[in-house]
This record gives sequence, structure tokens and C-alpha cells, in this order.
Amino acid sequence: MIRILMRCVMALVVAVAVMGTHSANAGDPLGVGFVYFSPVGDTGWTAEHDKGRLEMEAALGAKVKAKIVENVAYGPDALRVIRQLAADGHKLIYTTSFGFMDQTLEVAGLYPDIKFMHLDGYKSAENMGTYSLRYYEPSYLAGMVAGATTKSDTIGYVSSFPLPAVLQIINGFALGAQAMNPDVKIKVIEVNSWYDPGREREATDALFAQGVDIVAHVTDSSAPTLSAQRTGKLVIGFHSDRSKFGPDSQLTAVIPVWGEFYTRVTKTVLDGSWTNAPIWDPMSAGVLAIAPIGKMVPEDIAAKVMKRQAEITAGTFHPFQGPIKDQAGTVRVKDGETIPDADLYSMNWYVQGVEATLPE
Amino acid sequence: MAEADFFIFIAVATLTAATPLLLAALGELVSERSGVLNLGVEGMMLVGASTGFAVAAGSQSLALAVLAAIAAGAVLSLLFGFLTLTCMANQVATGLALTIFGTGVSAYIGSGYTGSALEVAGPAGIAYLSEIPVLGPLMFSLEPLTYFAFLMLAGVWWFLQRSRAGLTLRAVGDAPEAAHANGLNVLRVRYLAVMFGGAMAGAGGAFLSVFYTPVWVENMTAGRGWIAIALVVFAAWKPTRVLFGALLFGGVTIVQFQVQGINLGIPTQFLSMLPYAATIVVLVVISSDRIKIGLSTPASLGVPFRR
Repeated sequence: MIRILMRCVMALVVAVAVMGTHSANAGDPLGVGFVYFSPVGDTGWTAEHDKGRLEMEAALGAKVKAKIVENVAYGPDALRVIRQLAADGHKLIYTTSFGFMDQTLEVAGLYPDIKFMHLDGYKSAENMGTYSLRYYEPSYLAGMVAGATTKSDTIGYVSSFPLPAVLQIINGFALGAQAMNPDVKIKVIEVNSWYDPGREREATDALFAQGVDIVAHVTDSSAPTLSAQRTGKLVIGFHSDRSKFGPDSQLTAVIPVWGEFYTRVTKTVLDGSWTNAPIWDPMSAGVLAIAPIGKMVPEDIAAKVMKRQAEITAGTFHPFQGPIKDQAGTVRVKDGETIPDADLYSMNWYVQGVEATLPE
Repeated sequence: MAEADFFIFIAVATLTAATPLLLAALGELVSERSGVLNLGVEGMMLVGASTGFAVAAGSQSLALAVLAAIAAGAVLSLLFGFLTLTCMANQVATGLALTIFGTGVSAYIGSGYTGSALEVAGPAGIAYLSEIPVLGPLMFSLEPLTYFAFLMLAGVWWFLQRSRAGLTLRAVGDAPEAAHANGLNVLRVRYLAVMFGGAMAGAGGAFLSVFYTPVWVENMTAGRGWIAIALVVFAAWKPTRVLFGALLFGGVTIVQFQVQGINLGIPTQFLSMLPYAATIVVLVVISSDRIKIGLSTPASLGVPFRR
């Protein structure tokens, strides 16, 4: 009995030793871990991250070996999963939700030789960087499409929470719409959730009933698209190109292109040039796009949008370029100036033409 | 005319939003009237939602999807019945476990479908009849399961108040020992009541995933199962009051979205709270007569029956 036990222990020790040397070999692929808060699925937030992960693997081939952990709950579960990925020898770990911030920071403190990248957060460390995308840029372009298409001069927005990141998107959209049609008003309904298809549908239907003919959203399900398709109205998709659910209703969609991003950042870890400098990537980095503009949009309008897209990526146009007034009429960005990043980062106001109330 | 259209929209949206609550709450009401408190409604709804979605996506048949969801809810409730009725496990603990279990099972069943959607046909409704002004949209443009829910409401009311079998069920819920002494099969009645509860929860879940949104995402019932349970209690175990509560909850939800859209300057967090607060306050007020409540509360609710 004791001999069997001894043998088991020996085997374990050997196995661990082998694994230890294994992960230390220089020619081995870089282990890259991805932590998702929801299942991967077909469309939406996590689906797009995983598409990016696959593209990164395809681009870097044998140099990387990625592992995903999906449906990770915030809190202790996240801590356990991130720590396990680190203990398993992954040298770069992406945590793809704001809710993983504190757990990522905690594990980063335990594993100084592992690089951590946390999405949309504000805490970092020597070996932990943050990353975000400037969604307001494609949102401005989507707003242009909607502003030129609307016949009711009123566009609806299904919002989630009044956070700066969300306000940037809605304001960018409103400015884009007003650039094509100065009379456009935006009605906003908050559903107090990132992800509740039932409420997203109710809010979308409520907006249509109030006479808007286009609804855009900052939530993650396809319910607004399906609602527009059902009622013969129009919609701007978010997070994914949802045109297969709304072939007659989707004007365009605001989408991230994570493959580009993950390939680039993973490369910096491979060649040792990685830094913890916060990343806030614009469209010009190839990480954001709008979905192909729907066939219901006249070609000259689509051409105008594409021209503006080229100006944004070239850096000759900024969506938040003055003069911009808030709802009260106060000038927030002066004529001839563009908004500083710090003001975008802490945005707590709506531009003129958005008909909604923010909490005090 | 625009105003009339607007109110018709609110009425139709309210009826639709109330449907899953009404279905699940009617099932739970029958189960509780037989003396069994099943807190697993949320789990059973989720399993119904994912099963219904999977069958609808596979077979393209909505009727088959609803039947499968009903069956799935009933099967899950049978498990609950076996544990609490035959093994006499604690009903509260088992019900909570059933919700957790159902959440996991539904995620497993729906794992291939996360984030996908069913194709939507045009607006729901019965051809020609739904074009009658005012009455048409109100009476003939609803989702099929909404009609089903109202049919079940009438059925449950008649069953409990007018039928002999309903009397048996209430006897089992109020005084199982006496019912047993009278030769009634308490366990069989409770099993059937629990299964009815599971079937209705399954139908409520399928309504959300197959008709209402129609998408499958994990946890998509978003607490509606718990609201259904609360409705039954606050409605003092009366089917008509359950309808009232479900309509009130659905109606306030829809109206608070409208108020946001009109932008009256009321904080959205307050508006989001309104459906819950209004439903509880109103139902507590109308059910505040303690003696009358005592009469309709199933006397043996939550108490296992030992032969």
C-alpha cells in the first residue's frame, strides 16, 4: 500500500518537474489566456472577442497557444480562473470585462512575470495594462447613416447605464446624425442592464410607438434588431453585424474588430516590446468598423459616410470637434477645438438634441 | 387617432409583457393551492425557454417548441415532486436548488444557441380580424400564447371554484390529513399540481425565447420566475388577482419606458423600480384584510405530508 502511494507521489513529482521545464523552454508557444464573462455564442460581446482570439491564433500560428475560459462569474470565481490560467503557464492573460478588474489586479501582483491586459478598466500595474476602443468614432458614422435616413427626425436609443463610455457612444451618434440632418432629436430609454432581451424589446417597441423610425442600442442582444424587423422599422446594430437577423432593418452596425487588436498586442509580448501604457484604440488602428451599409440607404449618403470614415482614420476629423453644446446650451467644446481625452473619459453630459435626463 | 394608436400600443404591449408572468404564476398558484411551495419557477422557466428555443430552431415548428417546453418544465417539476413529496425533502431548499439546477441545465441545452435568434415573421395576429379598428389590434393581434394564458386563467378559475376536482385540490392543500382520511390520494393530487406548475412555467419560458424576443441567452428570464412567485403570494392565491398583478407589473414596465422616452425628467433608476414597487404596494393594499387572506391561504403550504 505504502509502496503504491510512494509510486504515485514519485510519478506526480516527475510530472510536475516535466511540466515545469516544459513551460520554461524558449521555443514553446506563448500561452495566452482569455477570460470571458459569458458563453461565446453566436453574436454579441463575447462572440466578437472569441472571433478576435481565433484570428489572432490564425495570424500568429505556432507561436501562440490560446486557452479560453467562458462564462466566468465576477468575484471569487474570476479570481480562481485567472489564477489557474497564470499557474498553468500562460504568459499573457486577457480579461475581457470591466467586472474582472480587481481580480486581475490581485493575480497580477502574484505573478510579476506574466502580462495581464484588462478591458475597459482604470486600474493597472507594472505587468497589467488596460485596453479600450473609441466606439464613439464608428458610432458617429452610424449616426450619419441614421440622420440621413430618418423621416421622423427622431431617433431612438436603447441605453444600458449612463456611464461615460455609453454617453460617448450616444453623443457621438447624435453629432453624426445632426451633421446630416440638423433637426434630428434623440430619445433615450435606459433598460438598466447590458443584457436583457425582454426589456430590450420592450424599450425598442416603446420608442417605435413614440414615432421614431430608427432605433440604435448600447445593449448586447439581437432583440432590438428583431423588433425592428418584425415591425418593418430600422435599426443600428451594436457589437455584432446582426444583419442576418434584420436583413431589411439593419442600416449598419457598430462593431469591434478584436482580431487586429489581439494579434498586435500579443506580438508585442512575443517580441518583448509590451508596455503597460493604457491603450485606447481609435478606428485608424483597424480595431473598429461599421457593418456594410444596408441597401435601403442611398449610395450618395453611403459615399459621404465612407468619406468621413476616411477623414476620421486619417486624423483630419474628430467626432467631438467644436462647437459642441450640451443640453443646457453651455458650450462644452469651443469652435475650432477638439475635446481632450480627459473630458471624454469623464463625460457626464448629453449633447444638444438628446432628449433625456441624466442622474444628478 | 395618433393618441388612440398610442394607447392601443400600450394595451397590447402590456398584455404581451404580462403573458410570461401570468403563465408561470397560474402554474405556481395551482401548485401552492395543493400545499406545495415550489421556488424553482425561475429554473423551470429557463429550461422551458432553452428547450423551446432549441426545438424551434431545429424543427421550425413553434407549436412543437411550446409542447417541448411544457414537457421539459413538467419533467423538471417531477424531479422536484419526487424529492419533496416522495422523499419529503424541505420544499424551500429543494425549490432553491431546482432554480440553480434549472439554470445550469438550461445553459447546457442552449449551449449551441447562445446569442442566436429565430427568424421573425411580421407582426403577430389573425388575418383580417386584426385590421378592425381599435378592437382588431386589442383582440386579434396578440401572440398565440397570450390567448393561451387567458384561456388557462379561465380554466384555472373554473377548476378551483367550480369543479369537484378543484375542491379536492383545495382540500389537499388545506387539510391533507382530513383529505387522506376521506380516501383522497394526497400525493397523486400534489404530483399533478406540481407538474401543472412546471408545465406552465415551461410555457412562460418558451414565450420569452420563442415568441417575445426571440433569442436564447443564458438567464434570459431575468428574475421573472421570482416575480411570478411573488405575484401568487401578494394576490392571495386568487387567479383573478394574479391576472391583475401581472397586468399591473407589465403595464407599469411598459409605461415607465414610455415616460423615459417622453423625458419628463424623472430619474431612470426610480422608473425602473416602479413596476416592482407599484405591484407590491397595490397587491398588499388590496390583500390587507388578514381574515380573508387567512381563508385563501393554503393551510398546509410548504408542509410535507406523511401518510
